[in-house]
Amino acid sequence: MAEIRFSGFGGQGIIRCGLITGKALSLYDNKHATMTQSFGPEARGSACSSQLVVSKDRVLYPYITIPEILVSMSQEAYDKYEPDLLENGILIIDTDLVKPKPVREKIQMFAIPSTRFAEELGNRIIANLVMLGFFTAVTKIVSPEAMKKALPGMVPGRFLDLNIKAFDRGYDYGGEVLKTAKPAKTKKKTAAKKKTTKSKK
Amino acid sequence: MKKVKVDPKGVLTGSHYIDGDYAIAEGGLAAGCRFFAGYPITPSTETAERFSERIPHVGGVFIQMEDELGSIAAMIGAVWGGKKTMTVTSGPGFSLMMENIGLACMMEIPLVIANVQRGGPSTGLPTLTGQQDMMQAKWGSHGDYEIIALSPDSPQECFDLTIEAFNLSETYRVPVFVMTDECVGHMHEKVVIPPAEEIEVVERKWYEGPKDKYLPYKLDKDGIPFMVKAGDGYRFHTTGLTRDERGYPVINAECQSVVVPHLVDKIINNADKIIMLEEDEIDGAEIVVISYGITSRVAIRAVQQARKAGIKVGTLRLKTVWPFPEKRIKQLARKIKAFVVPEINYGQIVLEVERCAAGKAPAFHVPHCGGWVHDPNDILKVIKEAAK
Amino acid sequence: MKKEDRLESKNPMEGFLRMDRIPHIWCPGCGIGTVVTSFTEALKKSKLDLDKVAVVSGIGCTGRVAGYVKLDSFHTTHGRAVPFATGLKLANPDLKVVVFSGDGDIFGIGGNHFIHAARRNMDILIICVNNFNYAMTGGQVAATTPMEANASTAPYGNFEFAFSLPYLAEAAGATYVARWTSLHLRRVTKSIQEALAKPGFSLIEVITPCVTLYARRNRLGDGLNLLKYYYDKSVIEHGADTRTLDISYQGKLVVGKFVDKEKPTFLDRMNEHMTKILGDKYVKYGE
Repeated sequence: MAEIRFSGFGGQGIIRCGLITGKALSLYDNKHATMTQSFGPEARGSACSSQLVVSKDRVLYPYITIPEILVSMSQEAYDKYEPDLLENGILIIDTDLVKPKPVREKIQMFAIPSTRFAEELGNRIIANLVMLGFFTAVTKIVSPEAMKKALPGMVPGRFLDLNIKAFDRGYDYGGEVLKTAKPAKTKKKTAAKKKTTKSKK
Repeated sequence: MKKVKVDPKGVLTGSHYIDGDYAIAEGGLAAGCRFFAGYPITPSTETAERFSERIPHVGGVFIQMEDELGSIAAMIGAVWGGKKTMTVTSGPGFSLMMENIGLACMMEIPLVIANVQRGGPSTGLPTLTGQQDMMQAKWGSHGDYEIIALSPDSPQECFDLTIEAFNLSETYRVPVFVMTDECVGHMHEKVVIPPAEEIEVVERKWYEGPKDKYLPYKLDKDGIPFMVKAGDGYRFHTTGLTRDERGYPVINAECQSVVVPHLVDKIINNADKIIMLEEDEIDGAEIVVISYGITSRVAIRAVQQARKAGIKVGTLRLKTVWPFPEKRIKQLARKIKAFVVPEINYGQIVLEVERCAAGKAPAFHVPHCGGWVHDPNDILKVIKEAAK
Repeated sequence: MKKEDRLESKNPMEGFLRMDRIPHIWCPGCGIGTVVTSFTEALKKSKLDLDKVAVVSGIGCTGRVAGYVKLDSFHTTHGRAVPFATGLKLANPDLKVVVFSGDGDIFGIGGNHFIHAARRNMDILIICVNNFNYAMTGGQVAATTPMEANASTAPYGNFEFAFSLPYLAEAAGATYVARWTSLHLRRVTKSIQEALAKPGFSLIEVITPCVTLYARRNRLGDGLNLLKYYYDKSVIEHGADTRTLDISYQGKLVVGKFVDKEKPTFLDRMNEHMTKILGDKYVKYGE
């Protein structure tokens, strides 16, 4: 069981992050993943987020309550969502876009210049894929194979290769970061799920 | 009731990660819907968008009408033109459709309307969830009639129950509503669409007798009249006025006393066949939580906590909300201590539970006025109170 | 004398009407029946397969037409005949769909549907019987009531501007627009015939006497007096600029065929456009 929030500003592909990860988990990693997003009349550029509840059993309550993973790709989103992060949660930020406050003691922080890497690869629009690669490497919550399988249909066909390249860039960087840091781990207690039998009347 | 294999063109077999709104469109296409008339309204618009994208590849018509009054009128016309048809809407649009929902009931038109509910009244909460149109679904148009309403709790069920909605609408020649909500409509989950050969749908009850003997509202043995379509030489007439077997207007109490009971009885007398319930740990339960749609998922969290605290709680999920499972509630009321009914409104389905329980067991309501789902703790609190 | 030998059983319109529903409900002197006669004449002359002609009506006196014609016929709700017809036509493109209804139904409560169906160039023919008031409910003021005329809900006379139906239809995109009075029986027939043969959105407005309500309330006499008014004040001006067709109380009535142009219909456009964009992937509809 895990609760994940992707956040940033409109136009960065934040909703896509939730969709790709959710698709990877539920179609190719044999998990249940429910994605919701905040809907509103907000224009591009304002804080936006997508949420994923991941479980090995069916997800019941569809919204996240206390996320153990927060991905922030903008200062505004970081400021808004960081206080809700689980006390021993994982915080993942874009180094160039988020200046974090002193990190809470038990929180593990991972940082990547995802937008800069994307620009180096030729287009800042794929920063979300760099971030997803990094997220996959440091959290190990989803397999990189599943993530790549999930991409067709989720990114424009003619940019599929570029998106995979971006994912790999982030994933490799995550591997390097992990060599010097402890791998991420959260210890949120989850209620034991009891199997129930359903009858159709 | 004749079952046929579906047209594989409309079936997007495979596993998908889509939201409830898309799943409704896929369910419609799989069921053979080839005419969609709609008007954009949050949070249901994605269904119309999906349909408009898919229909050119399947063969059919998508038309964005000038308003919801036009949408449902066009749908009724399209049914007489021989098509299976659906639309999707939310509260304000549902309100606008009410008059012609009455026409569809009177003309006995099979059609499907999905209502992705949001918070009301009026414009209310366009982007946030609610379950406040449940009574409107049953009573919204004027006069006495019956409809069928289903309530999916997931994108997968949005797909499954939309097909079921088409089948029920064709079986009973009645409008069927898929009463989902913003939460389920916008929630992405895995949806498995089976191969076309595994999906069976109910064929329209076409008339096959001699042309000059056709009577549009003469009841068959099963109580449902046969249908024809315009252009096939029957030269039939139909009207929204109270009418006889020929479809001719007869404006008097005598004819009314035949038509109205028929419109009601064809559903109520078949309630056992129509109603789908999902029950869990009902035997020996002292409390039964009755819920539908997204609220039933939220309620399970509370139920699990209550069971841990030693309370015997069963759950009853209404996949079919209308017709209401009167018989089952009556049975349960005699055996249990109390019902707990959480729903995202200020008290709608709980009134039906109370009516059916008829004082044998109290019904505790857990209201929520919309905008979000319940906090499971609020439901738990009421379960504990009811168990006292 | 056997029933079938009696003169009245030989009604020349018999094949076109549901004789088991006659007598009709319209008042003596009403013009609706005259327009129905023109319609049946036009159908006869058109040689159309009557199994493929459908009539849709809304609510009101003219709304009852659907109940009397021996065709696939639909008596729908108030104002919604046009979108109903839209669905019927799109679901079965082989049909020739005719909306037969009144001014209140099509241009009052149903006005929005009318302009959008015209904009889309939906392939339907609208025959609008305009009697200047809501007759079925007792002669209330309508969107077509000429200024100064009296109505039951305008007891001191109407002070609102009225719609000019041909102007509205042309502006919204109709490809065939004509106006006549019920005095111009043969002209009405000819117009209906032309419009039946023409794909696209057509409006034929026919001004008719409402003797019981509009005429009586305005002390205009009986049906014959109104026909005399049409005779005296109507001027045939084919191709007249539709901006000039306002009707004043008992004033001049410009009649004629004003618009007759070619334009692809909704379904033509849909098939043409989707084929252009999607090529072989597009499943053509209704061809």
